[in-house]
Amino acid sequence: MPDKKWIPQPKRPRTPIPEQKPEERRRNFKEVALGYTAELAIQEAYRCLQCKNPLCVEGCPVGIDIPGFIRHIGEGRFEEAYYTLKKYNFLPAICGRVCPQESQCEKFCIMGKRFKPVAIGRLERFAADYFMESGKKEDFKIDPPSGKKVAIIGSGPAGLTCAGELAKKGHKVTIFEALHKPGGVLVYGIPEFRLPKRIVDIEVENLKKMGVEIKTSAIIGKLYTIDELLEEEGFDAVFIGTGAGLPYFMGIPGENLNGVYSANEFLTRVNLMRAYMFPEADTPVKIGEKVAVVGCGNTALDAARTALRLGAKETHIVYRRSKGEIPAREEEVQHAIEEGVQFNLLTNPIEIIGDENGWVKALKCIRTRCGEPDESGRRRPIPIEGSEFEFPVDTVIMAIGQGPNPLIQETQPDIEVKRWGIIKIDEEGRTSKKGVFAGGDIVTGGATVILAMGQGKKAAQAIDEYLKTGKWA
Amino acid sequence: MYLIKEIKEIAPKIKKMVLEAPLLAKKHKAGQFVMVINTEKGERIPLTIADKDPEKGEITLIFQEVGKSTIEMGLRKPGEYIYDVVGPLGRPTHIINYGNVVCIGGGVGTAPLYPITKKMKETGNYIITILGARNKDLFILEKEMESVSDEFYQTTDDGTKGRHGLVTDELQALIDSGKKIDLVLAIGPAIMMKFVSLLTKKYNIPTMVSLNSIMVDGTGMCGACRVSVGGVTKFVCVDGPEFDGHQVNFDELLKRQAMYKDMEEIALKKFLEELKKKEPCGGCHA
Ligand SMILES: Cc1cc2nc3c(=O)[nH]c(=O)nc-3n(C[C@H](O)[C@H](O)[C@H](O)COP(=O)(O)OP(=O)(O)OC[C@H]3O[C@@H](n4cnc5c(N)ncnc54)[C@H](O)[C@@H]3O)c2cc1C
Ligand SMILES: Cc1cc2nc3c(=O)[nH]c(=O)nc-3n(C[C@H](O)[C@H](O)[C@H](O)COP(=O)(O)OP(=O)(O)OC[C@H]3O[C@@H](n4cnc5c(N)ncnc54)[C@H](O)[C@@H]3O)c2cc1C
Ligand code: SF4
Ligand code: SF4
Ligand code: FES
Repeated sequence: MPDKKWIPQPKRPRTPIPEQKPEERRRNFKEVALGYTAELAIQEAYRCLQCKNPLCVEGCPVGIDIPGFIRHIGEGRFEEAYYTLKKYNFLPAICGRVCPQESQCEKFCIMGKRFKPVAIGRLERFAADYFMESGKKEDFKIDPPSGKKVAIIGSGPAGLTCAGELAKKGHKVTIFEALHKPGGVLVYGIPEFRLPKRIVDIEVENLKKMGVEIKTSAIIGKLYTIDELLEEEGFDAVFIGTGAGLPYFMGIPGENLNGVYSANEFLTRVNLMRAYMFPEADTPVKIGEKVAVVGCGNTALDAARTALRLGAKETHIVYRRSKGEIPAREEEVQHAIEEGVQFNLLTNPIEIIGDENGWVKALKCIRTRCGEPDESGRRRPIPIEGSEFEFPVDTVIMAIGQGPNPLIQETQPDIEVKRWGIIKIDEEGRTSKKGVFAGGDIVTGGATVILAMGQGKKAAQAIDEYLKTGKWA
Repeated sequence: MYLIKEIKEIAPKIKKMVLEAPLLAKKHKAGQFVMVINTEKGERIPLTIADKDPEKGEITLIFQEVGKSTIEMGLRKPGEYIYDVVGPLGRPTHIINYGNVVCIGGGVGTAPLYPITKKMKETGNYIITILGARNKDLFILEKEMESVSDEFYQTTDDGTKGRHGLVTDELQALIDSGKKIDLVLAIGPAIMMKFVSLLTKKYNIPTMVSLNSIMVDGTGMCGACRVSVGGVTKFVCVDGPEFDGHQVNFDELLKRQAMYKDMEEIALKKFLEELKKKEPCGGCHA
């Protein structure tokens, strides 16, 4: 199609994305946002001004050519839009759905200054979905075999991306994944109604077509140590992308009562083990009538909305800071409110109270107010004396964050770690051990899909360098 | 997928299953366990590797049929495949020469006890074994345990074999006899481990127990398996499964083990009904 002149329509309101109605979706696991049709996508694309100096790109951690792919969409060249995205982002269908756009690309979009920013994430999702649904085979350009072998530990976004990039360079890649399904948080954490599992499956299948071998139920540190991978199993380099899977608890009384879950356990039971199908599937999960979720990140909202879908009568978010500090994606907060999740802000749990049989019966909280900003730049919550109150609940889900799982570090003490077991890397993604690289949540602590991917990609470049030159700076 | 080489009943409702799993057989150390997923829709259940043959590339699991997953697993046939097995998990037992070690096995707890006892014996310990069961038919691995023990005692609740009483009665008798005991290792139902620990605490005898909390992933990622040990929350799958019995909050463990009781019953009932439809003879499990 010949390039026609781009006449932007900035005054058009931001195109809404069709969604399932809140009353319906709050009881099903189908995806909430249905995605743009081709017409809606083109309409939204034309809101983009095609800036010469696109600020949006600076907000994207992987620097996608945003005006480029949007132009392709506007011109109806959807496949080209997809390939443009793919040059920068290994998993566009996923990032289009889960990136916190309002604090990244869309935050910087010039349109946001006077109007609403261009819906970059939704357009990204559209291009990727369009390509997937077209049934077209992705054409992978794979370099001739290099004769080198790389082991990737963990199959989250960091590991998947690193594997894909290295496979393209002709290296023989094997992914080792501890769980029985690949995908990391994308499969065990983020629920179907935000990220359909078939999308992750397609990406995993694509990797296999590129020659990547995936070994599930293979825990490094138990089945093999990293030394064994390098010395006995013939791998030339290792990438650690094991994420931040260790759930934190608050350390308040009553946390081991029955009915108290970590968000990880709750979501793993439902997503990975399909407890929503119980007793069709064997893994059970307990949902009370009244559920309290502690925390207000994406994980907390996912748990709260999942509980609602499993039949909880009331679901409450309990969060010690105020609205301005909510770390979850804006869209998810909006969706949760529409679905009926109740938000108790400036409220901090201090004790979980149990009945005589060891089951949760109430959450004791204290009100807080905002103090001075702390190290994270967010205002510190200060407890208000005498404001304690009890709030009857039968399920409590702790979603206050996760740290790195210690399995690898325990068996590989020569890999240097920082506070809380976070692996130390340099600019290129190199750890303190020769031939071993790392990226994703294991080096940042719980962060985002796109950051994990970006690090996986960067490390892949460094690994490729290392394999070619043997140099370890 | 893991090939079932052999499956047989070794005591009422206790099955032994041999699986082809060369890598696990090679990597396993005494005290470690695996998570088993029987079928595609199955749950992940923890089972100890009771024995292994690295040469043949086989591991042995011994399990008691207590609910849906274990009963369904017990119905599998040689030549079929187990959907998934992951491991070896948990910390291996810290095995050194302690001196006189009393190894106490209750019920199917004898299965995980056996590889540890064997290794304890090889390491030069003097092994006094006490096995307990409800009646004489419920003992497992008697010969195997006896072959690695210097002294061997049995107790039954109904007096059909050995001492009429509980393992703690036999242990009390040993203590009363003035025998020097350097370590007690107890594996069995939580309630048994609780009372063994209470007894040894009175005499300040170091005691190791192996906890069977409910698990999901078995890799430290969910916290389902958490228990209080010395007032601190630990994850059984990565910090254990063995802990100092004197520090464990057994009452909490017992309560947590019962968390899904009602749902387990639903799953079992549904499964047995379906089974009945398939095998109208009524089956031996109803
Ligand atoms: C519920 C939830 C919702 C989220 N929502 C969003 C969102 O909306 N947007 C967003 O950008 N981010 C979100 N995040 C954060 C995001 O998912 C993570 O930052 C990202 O997945 C990190 O990727 P990773 O590849 O580093 O690790 P992970 O995705 O954690 O994957 C690590 C993998 O390594 C495996 N592994 C661990 N140890 C071993 C071992 N020893 N051997 C073998 N394998 C091992 C694990 O089983 C896991 O599969 C969310 C996180 C959670 C938990
Ligand atoms: C480290 C460890 C090692 C174990 N080794 C053995 C062994 O070698 N042989 C053996 O017979 N049993 C062993 N168990 C116990 C075994 O895992 C349970 O009996 C089994 O999961 C029951 O499943 P079910 O569906 O048949 O029964 P269910 O109907 O689900 O439950 C029956 C009982 O089993 C317990 N249980 C249920 N699900 C789990 C779970 N996922 N994890 C732990 N316990 C559960 C419940 O507390 C309940 O009381 C071990 C447990 C642990 C933690
Ligand atoms: S990857 Fe994320 S930040 Fe980058 S353009 Fe896409 S949605 Fe925006
Ligand atoms: S900043 Fe906004 S308007 Fe400008 S190119 Fe980027 S998306 Fe288009
Ligand atoms: S079983 Fe999930 S952390 Fe132990």
